[in-house]
Amino acid sequence: MNGVKKNIGLIVLLVITCVIAASFGSGFLTAFNAMNLIQRTALFSILGVGAGIVIATGGIDLSIGSIVCLAGIATPWLLVEHGWSPWAAVPVVLAVTALLGVGHGLLVTRLRLQPFLVTLCGLLLYRGVARWMTDDQSQGFRGEFTGLRDIALAKIAIPGLESFRLPATAIPLTVLAVATGLFLSRTVWGRWLLATGSNESAARYSGVPTAGLTTLAYMACALLAGAGGMLFIFDIGSAQPSDFGNFYELYAIAAAVLGGCSLRGGSMSVVGIILGTAVLQVLRNAIILLGLGSELEFAVIGGVLLIGVSADEVVRRWGRTSAPGYR
Amino acid sequence: MPRMPRTILRACAVTRDFVGVRALDSVSMEVRAGEVLALVGENGAGKSTLLKIFAGVIEPTSGTLESVDDAGVTTALRLRNTRDASHHGIALVHQELNLAENLDIAGAILLGREPNRFGWMDVAAMRREASVWLARVGLDMDPGTLCGTLSIARRQQVEIAKALSARSRILILDEPTSSLSAHETTRLLDIMRELRDAGQAVVFVTHHLNEVLRIADRVVVLRDGRMAGELAGADIQRGRIEELMVGKSFSGATRARQAQDRPRNGPRDGSRGLMLHRVVSTHRRRAAIDLHVSRGEIVGLAGLVGAGRTELLEAIAGVGACDGAVSLDGVSLSGTVSSRVDAGVAIVPEDRARDGLFLRDAVGINVSVAWLPRGARFGVVDRAAERGVVTAAMERLRMSMAARDRTAQTLSGGNQQKSLFARWLAMKPRLWLLDEPTRGVDIAARHEIHEAIREAARGGAAVLFASSEMEELEVLADRVVVMHDGAIVGELGASEIDSAAILRLATGGVLS
Repeated sequence: MNGVKKNIGLIVLLVITCVIAASFGSGFLTAFNAMNLIQRTALFSILGVGAGIVIATGGIDLSIGSIVCLAGIATPWLLVEHGWSPWAAVPVVLAVTALLGVGHGLLVTRLRLQPFLVTLCGLLLYRGVARWMTDDQSQGFRGEFTGLRDIALAKIAIPGLESFRLPATAIPLTVLAVATGLFLSRTVWGRWLLATGSNESAARYSGVPTAGLTTLAYMACALLAGAGGMLFIFDIGSAQPSDFGNFYELYAIAAAVLGGCSLRGGSMSVVGIILGTAVLQVLRNAIILLGLGSELEFAVIGGVLLIGVSADEVVRRWGRTSAPGYR
Repeated sequence: MPRMPRTILRACAVTRDFVGVRALDSVSMEVRAGEVLALVGENGAGKSTLLKIFAGVIEPTSGTLESVDDAGVTTALRLRNTRDASHHGIALVHQELNLAENLDIAGAILLGREPNRFGWMDVAAMRREASVWLARVGLDMDPGTLCGTLSIARRQQVEIAKALSARSRILILDEPTSSLSAHETTRLLDIMRELRDAGQAVVFVTHHLNEVLRIADRVVVLRDGRMAGELAGADIQRGRIEELMVGKSFSGATRARQAQDRPRNGPRDGSRGLMLHRVVSTHRRRAAIDLHVSRGEIVGLAGLVGAGRTELLEAIAGVGACDGAVSLDGVSLSGTVSSRVDAGVAIVPEDRARDGLFLRDAVGINVSVAWLPRGARFGVVDRAAERGVVTAAMERLRMSMAARDRTAQTLSGGNQQKSLFARWLAMKPRLWLLDEPTRGVDIAARHEIHEAIREAARGGAAVLFASSEMEELEVLADRVVVMHDGAIVGELGASEIDSAAILRLATGGVLS
């Protein structure tokens, strides 16, 4: 109920940013720009959903950007430099990222380290490894593997529309969104994941395997970051290990928070995260189109995020004091 | 000699509304120096609201507070925050104690008022001053001890010392004995009595009428936000207080019947049930424990705070690690809480806000959480079945269905505790482990929870519960096992259960 209200708020925010962008810049309402926006929203939403799952358990994952880099750099590195088959390289890279996530989860649940610390170390560690293993050299597909890259680059023709074709990345995102949404609301594990985030101790006393679920969340987040990193590199073709994926964790966390995930844990809305990502991408797009200069990008995103969460908190407090039976 | 009680604070027609709800309705009362005033009422009667108004946490919607000085001159008081309240000598000791665990006792007592020289704390002076106040509350401890290492009872004494050191004239204690064992309660009541005799005004809220009978000079009873009545001196009798609290009479006969003809439980099956063999909690290594609880039997665990009752229950539930063998119906229990829940174990923890409830989630979510895997096919929850199970469990505890979609934090203590019981009722456990099952719960809900426990036992479950309340042990237990310093020191059958015997064993004595 509350989630629906929040999403309506986000849709309003999205429409407002779109209207502002469209009324000032001539380039916003073009088919090309719409395709670009959907592509970027789809890619960043995959990271946002991962971040949201970890945040829902009451944790945080700062290593997303570095895992994007590691997976994104390692894929062309294995394919081009080492001549691996895509059938080997893709599963191996995904498996490695999933294992990194399991590692985060075990450090958090078994050693009881703070999630912030564990994933901060991950942020530094994986970036360093990616740069070291490639000698800090740019990695790319050099025009090959076009079939593989089409996973991210293909466009789906829509009958009746001439110039607009739907980016294929919308498909994995839709599948992910529906699967995650059903997982959280309909399955025992999803419900227990949210319960763990809501009150870990109470969940444990209720017989919920909290350690396993928390580890699962970190694994899902790292795996999604790995898959996202691969899609990003398929999309852009080549990248520098020193800056690829920089700050992506912050986009992901910002989208999750804007999308209604409380950093205290226990709540998550996949639709909210996608809408939150879309708002951030439209803002970014608008800044470029309006010629404000990309150096303002972070300032604008930071400002909007702050306004969004403040408004949410004010509304939440007002709602709480007016709830029946409050003493 | 106690001085004549003298009014120092007066509430005049104090009303407080929370949007749409009137929590307090035109309450007028007095607080007197040299007197112990008990404030009683069921959960939701408005006690907490009234205390918060006295302590400056919230302001009344209408009505006034007046302070009366030595000469009898009355001045209106406006308490906008807790600083205002402490400036006027009013100190509130919260139910949830909030001492900073990393401070030592002296630091905690003088927090914010540390004696200093140019900003450098004068540690020696602090400890000297702190020990003066510690002596006042009878706590013989080094003021350099860290608060985090103190038991709840001692933390409370530190809190009281802190309130006294701020020169408070009015000391307000919110359910001060809810975490204390019988022995510690007696100690606290003694302290309250000493403070009263020294001319302090002492106000306390409690659910334990025994304490009211033992210490209160005057009782104010609230019901549904209104003043239900006031009793003083010889009029302070259990029956009259209960009558005012619930608005109808709980006759003496009903109570006697409840205590004596306690419905006998189902057929005992001694071959089955909980069996502990040489169990030692690895958290705090102490004596090995052997214990048997039959199916259909209710066993009470008595002992002082820190005797190891909670550790024992948690070891059986798998929350804490232990050595030794734990088995249920002959099958060994091991591993995580989750696997023991699957084996038919239910645990209701001592601190429901911390370890029991998902306060920000709906009651329905709170009730169904443990049951979910039973109502799932291939991991997918059957939502219709879930609603049915939640409704059935809540109805058995006579909870209002309107509560199902409210968040747990908006419920009264009694309904919160019922939500926890509903969670486990849905599981039909074979073993119930209950830690202080009715702490902070109003009388009506307490009766209902007791009945649910008896019904579980009649249905063939083994029940092991820890309680610091003699009355609860008397009305509920078939057998009481007394713990002292981590070991079982004695056992009393149904006919032998009495508070004197339990207290003697619990304090390390032996029965003659």
